[in-house]
Amino acid sequence: MTNQNSDRILDLSATAPEAIVSQSEVTWWRRLYELEWCRRLLVLVALAVLWEAYARWLDNSLLFPSFSETVAALVNGLKTGVLVDRILTSLGVLIFGYAVGLGIAVALAMVAMSSKLGRDLQTTLTAMFNPLPAIALLPVAMLWFGLGTGSLVFVLAHSVIWSFSLSIISGFDGVSPTLRMVGRNYGLRGVSYIWKILIPAAFPSLLTGLRLGWAFAWRTLIAAELVFGVSAGSGGLGWFIYENKNQLEIASVFAGLSSVIVIGLVVEYLVFRLIEAKTVRRWGVSV
Amino acid sequence: MELPLLQLNDVSLDYEDTSGNKRRRTTVVQGVSFGVSAAERCMLLGASGSGKSTLLKAIGGYIKPSHGSITLSGQPVLKPGPDRVMMFQEFDQLLPWRTVVGNVVFALEASGKAKGKDANDRARTAVAKVKLERVADQYPHQLSGGMKQRVALARALAMEPKILLMDEPFAALDALTRTQMQHELLELWDNHRFTLIFVTHSIKEALTVGSRVLVLSPHPGRLQADISCAPSKEELIHGLLFGNAATEAKAHD
Repeated sequence: MTNQNSDRILDLSATAPEAIVSQSEVTWWRRLYELEWCRRLLVLVALAVLWEAYARWLDNSLLFPSFSETVAALVNGLKTGVLVDRILTSLGVLIFGYAVGLGIAVALAMVAMSSKLGRDLQTTLTAMFNPLPAIALLPVAMLWFGLGTGSLVFVLAHSVIWSFSLSIISGFDGVSPTLRMVGRNYGLRGVSYIWKILIPAAFPSLLTGLRLGWAFAWRTLIAAELVFGVSAGSGGLGWFIYENKNQLEIASVFAGLSSVIVIGLVVEYLVFRLIEAKTVRRWGVSV
Repeated sequence: MELPLLQLNDVSLDYEDTSGNKRRRTTVVQGVSFGVSAAERCMLLGASGSGKSTLLKAIGGYIKPSHGSITLSGQPVLKPGPDRVMMFQEFDQLLPWRTVVGNVVFALEASGKAKGKDANDRARTAVAKVKLERVADQYPHQLSGGMKQRVALARALAMEPKILLMDEPFAALDALTRTQMQHELLELWDNHRFTLIFVTHSIKEALTVGSRVLVLSPHPGRLQADISCAPSKEELIHGLLFGNAATEAKAHD
């Protein structure tokens, strides 16, 4: 006969296992290989070496200047201040146009969220203008605003408005009903409800929109400046590239192109990635 | 006899939807009347379609009754307010951009109950009550489901509402965590004697947590039974032998 009272209760605290089973040193190159920036650096160095080798083999600095010539032109441009001046001009116009675009996008989103007709207005406008590359509007912009900052701001704003207003609306639409009820439960209404519930809850979408808008604006600006870039004697980075191509300073053209890339990367990594790390990543919400 | 804290008089709730060219009104809850006194643990039990969640939202002030009235301490309920804090089943009731303490501070500050350091102190006390001091400065996404619901509970209790409205708060938790949460809720009730209206579709949960069970029948929701749950023999004897901290504290007041 089996024992009816056969329950076994073990005292696990007495036999708590060691968490670490085994341990061994990791080789230094393995540790470096595990670092993302280290691998990225390796890729960059490899590309630079390839570039240098191909350019030297081609030996035609008019068609394809070497990496070292490009770096020299870049350093020279920074030293004389010409390149710095061009970059600052471009960034100034860019920030202004970007801000104007964001402002209009916010206004448009507010109209869209106020009524069904407003929503249809926004949807129709966005469907019409979103596929239209901003640069295609440059000829009419020049006609309306002349050769100057006005035209640039116009095309920049156009490149930002549609995608950002879409992000605002999809972000606000996506705020969960539960969160909305929580906000109202604690007595929030009007501006404080938008500020304390809707905007933070829609933030992942807003950030995506800001990022996308910035990328569009940056590309649009350089392209527009290639067409015309001088207003009151100071041109932008696009103009710098165009000007140097005309003067057959091809190394400087490459230096200008490198600056466009570097600025794009700096804004992406030092501004948007940083904001992302401090907000959506920390909050664990998907972008 | 004392006046009940919350009174529902012949409450009917409609749901309106427009499909095609017809506007249709469906009655979700019909002619429900009951009163809830202070410190009751009132359970709304019913199958899906019995309108129990809708009824809770009406008490919360999110839905206007199409007929009848809801009054809280004699005042008609017209809109949501911090004197009736709701706790939901969904984990996304926590603000993901605020830490555990931050979520409680948010509630206190948004409703104007407390500000700055005072709000922070009260929030930490509330977080300690639900045994979450260890994760007080973490963000909701770092917590388990049970912990998230405890944060929501802490946030609700910190508000010291007249009534705590819980909409199937433990339904999304696993069975073990659910049982544990039910007992912790009862423990908190023992110490704080809040008034509770709790929606559930589990008979077992209704009998474990409630001091009174209101059974709703579906389509449309009507009050079918009002059953008071006497404390179990074990609870009675436990109370006699070891006393009850809360009742003693009340006596000292």
